[in-house]
Amino acid sequence: MEILDQTKAPLLEALRSLRASRVVPFDVPGHKQGRGNPELTAFLGRQCMEADVNSQKPLDNLCHPVSVIREAEMLAAQAFGAAHAFFMVGGTTSAVQSMILSVVRRGDEIILPRNVHRSVIGALILCGAVPVYVNPQTDKRLGISLGMSVADVKDAIETHPNAKAVLVNNPTYYGVCSNIREIVRLAHEKGMKVLADEAHGAHFYFGEGLPVSAMAAGADMAAISMHKSGGSLTQSSLMVIGPGVSEGYVRKVINLTQTTSASYLLMVSLDISRKNLATRGREIFAKVQELAQYARDEINDIGDYYAYSRELNNGDTIYDFDPTKLSIHTLDIGLAGVEVYDILRDEYDIQVEFGDVANILAYISVGDRERDIERLVSALAEIRRLYKRSRAGMMAMEYINPEVVVSPQEAFYAETEALPIERSAGHICAESVMCYPPGIPILAPGERITPDIIRYIRYMKEKGGSLTGLEDINIEYIKVLKGGSPCS
Amino acid sequence: MQLTFTEKHTPHVGLCIDVNKHLYTAQSAFQRIDVLESPEFGRILVLDGILMLTEKDEFIYHEMIVHVPMAVHPAARRVLVIGGGDGGAVRELCKYDAVERIDLVEIDAQVVEVCREYLPAVSQSFSDPRVNVRYEDGLKYVRRCSDLYDIIVVDSTDPFGPGEGLFTKEFYGNCFKALKEDGILVNQHENPFYPDDAAAVRRIHKQIVLSFPLSRLYQAHIPTYPSGHWLFGFSSKKYHPVQHLNADRWNALNIKTRYYNTNLHKAAFALPTYVEELIKGVE
Repeated sequence: MEILDQTKAPLLEALRSLRASRVVPFDVPGHKQGRGNPELTAFLGRQCMEADVNSQKPLDNLCHPVSVIREAEMLAAQAFGAAHAFFMVGGTTSAVQSMILSVVRRGDEIILPRNVHRSVIGALILCGAVPVYVNPQTDKRLGISLGMSVADVKDAIETHPNAKAVLVNNPTYYGVCSNIREIVRLAHEKGMKVLADEAHGAHFYFGEGLPVSAMAAGADMAAISMHKSGGSLTQSSLMVIGPGVSEGYVRKVINLTQTTSASYLLMVSLDISRKNLATRGREIFAKVQELAQYARDEINDIGDYYAYSRELNNGDTIYDFDPTKLSIHTLDIGLAGVEVYDILRDEYDIQVEFGDVANILAYISVGDRERDIERLVSALAEIRRLYKRSRAGMMAMEYINPEVVVSPQEAFYAETEALPIERSAGHICAESVMCYPPGIPILAPGERITPDIIRYIRYMKEKGGSLTGLEDINIEYIKVLKGGSPCS
Repeated sequence: MQLTFTEKHTPHVGLCIDVNKHLYTAQSAFQRIDVLESPEFGRILVLDGILMLTEKDEFIYHEMIVHVPMAVHPAARRVLVIGGGDGGAVRELCKYDAVERIDLVEIDAQVVEVCREYLPAVSQSFSDPRVNVRYEDGLKYVRRCSDLYDIIVVDSTDPFGPGEGLFTKEFYGNCFKALKEDGILVNQHENPFYPDDAAAVRRIHKQIVLSFPLSRLYQAHIPTYPSGHWLFGFSSKKYHPVQHLNADRWNALNIKTRYYNTNLHKAAFALPTYVEELIKGVE
């Protein structure tokens, strides 16, 4: 295979020469290089508006790339060690969904951990596949869901030998990795594909001393959020595939739902970010690891907070931990993570990524400066000094094992009725219920509602967690399958 | 040849100073450092294009940031200066025999080196044995101190750039913790005149008020600073800046000053109406 020059950025070069050529635009977008929308141009800048162009001869077309986009995708594929890479402009949600739609059809089974992103449930509703959930074990002290144990995956593969694929979070939002190499081995033995949700793993491909990336582990497909640790614009993403997957078929699936007016701002940001990662990724992520480790040491020095990392590795459900993630357990100062999140935002003007029942996650990237880390650490020290209280009455999240009665698609499109949540036990749910953060499903369409689930929803409502997914904005009624018997 | 240094005080207003000679320029790990020599103001220290001090008028700033708290605190022995890499605040503190130890925490060692070489009249007291200089982030330093200092002087750059962390609630809270039970915090507090700076005055004051039981502003006239009207913050756990001023005790020390005196001390806390109104909403 020819080694491509990663210092090249074909889309950037094409957009530069387009700018220099001063072509008169009688095509969309109608703002015509910003002239038609002066207020927007004043806000975003002329350079940005000039690059917001439509597909045209020298710029290729994302639906059917043959020139500069194709070159940029090939560079990305080589940078990520993949057989092919697809530029995605509908976020990693679209990458995850296209990945799933490419390997399962109606009625097919897919093995996945319960702590999947909501986009996965959406894909199942679209295609009609049936989820086989693996319990991601929970760390009792930290209250976070972990990776899948290899034994559980093996068990699921054995009891569902016809499943088409296994989906793996690499890593989870908190930075926890499963033993993806071994999962790939087990799945491939049975002819199943392995899909990786790498929304939080773009850096695995470039940094040293980081957990293994999906492509390096032999997975078949991965959805990679370039806009998170990769540095590209929000909503730009990549999907990569290994040699065992058909590029043409995947492209066809992507084109079912992806826009025909792909944004060149997003695409050029992917191209430039790929170049940056391929040429400077090693030093960038060494710096990020160093910043995150410094922050962890300082935060653990404050007392009561626990900023965790690889010491958690247990060889299975925490096979590895992403050391660039700054996840901090807050319960020992007597505050829920979401409370610390709010205090940081409201009183210290510090925005962290999320707070859940017991933890906050501060996102560390190449854009961070040492002095900003000092602010975060000092603010946490102050919060402890001013707010520390006993931890009595705090409850950590429990895993609720879902009972999948019908496929998400069947439930989503079934005849339904609305019931008060408190009286819905035993019925089959027709909607999704998520709690943000961290956005892991409490219920997905097709699952039986249990008293434990109702209790958990009530608790999260009381704690002020943001519940989403229900049609009823007040979270009082839930849609269930009509005629469903309340006894199981 | 005409050589002029211009500092824009707002996008539409600037201060121009004729320059004889550009004595020093370098980019440190944190900022660009320049030393200029001018016919009107003598030598000038400039950080990231912003005038920090001139030999001609630095006495006003340094006397006001040090002698006001020192004349109120009855027995200040241990003092922390955060920032202040030029040494001016330390020089004023060294005029007190009762002060036993001065810790100066400056993030940029190169500022201290440059000032020792080019501004000896300002930095002369770095050689005083009571002075201990540490080069680190002030925010990080105070985080580890508790019940240690009688007075903390925050002699920082503006709230944009390397000094940003020294204008935050977490910093003032950490200072509160680092002070003894009757400790005083004094900080440079920007100017109240130009709108962007006035907004900063409000924001800073709001953060301090949340951390200290007593917090007042006082003022001085500094010709080379934006608007020429400069504010300082006086925040304390116990002492009132005017009621607890012991003028006789301070005057008996016979400390030589050119701007500060105990009458001016009291007057400095009397603020213009528009400044009172500016901070009223956040107190």
